[in-house]
Amino acid sequence: MSKARLMQGNEACAEGALAAGVRFYAGYPITPSTEIAEIMAEKLPLLGGTFIQMEDEIGSMAAVIGASLTGAKSLTATSGPGFSLKQENLGYAIATEVPCVVVNVQRGGPSTGLPTSPAQADVMQAKWGTHGDHPMIALSPSSVQECYELTVKAFNFAEEFRTVVIMLMDEVVGHLREKVELPESLPVKNRKKPTVSPDRYLPFANDPSLIPAMANFGEGYRYHVTGLTHGENGLPTGKPEVTAKFLKRLTQKFDPYLERIQLWEEANLEDAELIVLAYGCTARPTREAVDAARREGLKVGLFRPITIWPFPSREIAKYKGRKFLVPEMNTGQLVGEVERVFGFEGVERLNRIDGELITVSEILEKIREVMSDVQ
Amino acid sequence: MFSEIAEYFRTETLPHMWCPGCGNGTITAALVRAIKTLGLDQNKVVIVSGIGCSSRLPGYLDFNTLHTTHGRALAFATGIKAAKPELDVFVVMGDGDSSAIGGNHLIHAARRNIDLTAIIINNNIYGMTGGQSSPMTPHDKRATTSPYGNLERPFQLLDLVQAAGATYGARATAYHNQLLSKLIIDAYNNPGFSVIEAISQCPVSYGRRNKFKTPADMLLWQKEHGVTAGRRALEEGDFLIGEVFNKEAPEYTQEYEKLRQRLKGGAR
Repeated sequence: MSKARLMQGNEACAEGALAAGVRFYAGYPITPSTEIAEIMAEKLPLLGGTFIQMEDEIGSMAAVIGASLTGAKSLTATSGPGFSLKQENLGYAIATEVPCVVVNVQRGGPSTGLPTSPAQADVMQAKWGTHGDHPMIALSPSSVQECYELTVKAFNFAEEFRTVVIMLMDEVVGHLREKVELPESLPVKNRKKPTVSPDRYLPFANDPSLIPAMANFGEGYRYHVTGLTHGENGLPTGKPEVTAKFLKRLTQKFDPYLERIQLWEEANLEDAELIVLAYGCTARPTREAVDAARREGLKVGLFRPITIWPFPSREIAKYKGRKFLVPEMNTGQLVGEVERVFGFEGVERLNRIDGELITVSEILEKIREVMSDVQ
Repeated sequence: MFSEIAEYFRTETLPHMWCPGCGNGTITAALVRAIKTLGLDQNKVVIVSGIGCSSRLPGYLDFNTLHTTHGRALAFATGIKAAKPELDVFVVMGDGDSSAIGGNHLIHAARRNIDLTAIIINNNIYGMTGGQSSPMTPHDKRATTSPYGNLERPFQLLDLVQAAGATYGARATAYHNQLLSKLIIDAYNNPGFSVIEAISQCPVSYGRRNKFKTPADMLLWQKEHGVTAGRRALEEGDFLIGEVFNKEAPEYTQEYEKLRQRLKGGAR
């Protein structure tokens, strides 16, 4: 039995984190994500967990990693300017393979930008904001229901794959209120624990699964954690052969699991001559515009990546020969990934960066324009 | 000597990477002897560091060890201690690490009075990057980025953290090694944020530019200028060694636990 509740997206995200078993939150106030921190401050001490408001965004990310090393599922939430500050330690969490979830409720940028208006301008920053080659998982909810469910999934991915997972929300879904069906329970995953004795434990083993088992601090497995390139035992090394092995495993560790990590929704794709690829808040007017176009007899479909990173390139490659339209609230970020698959020919853009949502009629008009070229 | 504390080292990582004459090795030994004297459970000890020469220290030690990002050691340690207060958390930082890039985390860890034992190894210079001036480089002293002498004035670190709310502050030097060990024990026993300024020598990046011909000259300087309170009047260039302040204040993780217990009872 599920129960229905009227909820705000940020609230659903916080509730999803609680359902996933979050026990630690460190954050810094920033619009439009602050509700998540406020809910955590209220709920975590009731559950035996810990909320701490840190002195800045950098410290918040650091504290989250420290807490996760002791075994606590850990969360932080922010928006663009804070997300920029988090990049340093976000890279540290990736390199040291410490599970945690970072929510970015996107607002208009660059810089302080539009604090209370939506944008989707942190798509590339979510992938490449921190320096060095690295893998990344980022999820993009487009409804309040999804804010809840994907946050649970984000924790599961973080724990299972020993990584940072970014919930790439936006001001619209973060502040939207909708009915949410809260399932009785969702599958919850926990990090793989070592099965060997402490003297044989390798915290960064080149395991065939590519995901080494993780011992928590204080459990008798004493090991070293460093942001320096390290060997299987965690100790720093500059040896090219060890470095190559470590970075190969690190950067390819999601590959065997892509089928489960890459999530998307599709509608009316079978006979679609034009596929509108949209995500996050922009997927909402897109769905309506696609339906309206269908009513006009236009062969149009929707492809909505839910997992933005790693981008489901192979999945969309199936649609070679179709036209694509990518509406985004930025100057064209995820469209680049579509162009990597198909080239510039047949890939159209629709962009808006004034802090206002792209409307159904704007998308419909663009669909008509592209379809008139097809015919 | 070393055999007495070897069980706390990852001996396969030795020899260490520090330069001949560096004070980091003797300060490491002082820390380990303190942990041994305290009889702490190796599995419950966490050593956290930032970035720099001093921050390589945890890698050599057989505890739960965390070598973090530049300046952020205290923020990582705060997450560890807040999530699992039963762990014994020591934080080792350099002077630039703790007081420049990590200055904000330093004053806020002090303000929270969170039960961490912070050891700031102060060698007055950025050693790892080759000798640039730090917020602890004395006025007029030379560094690669103050080639004509430092125009800036250094922090009084212990005054800074005391004003920010730390409850224990002490100072020793690489020379005053047994004192340092004793102060680390006292700092650990203080239920709150404790800071020990461990004055160290960097003969390669600081000494050579500032008229110290040998590492021994720098240790003699520490011996001559480090003054126990009440022993004699402080003169130009002298500094106090020993406990500098020790007071009581609510500790963060204990206060948080009280909140959890209060909420359990139904109070809001």
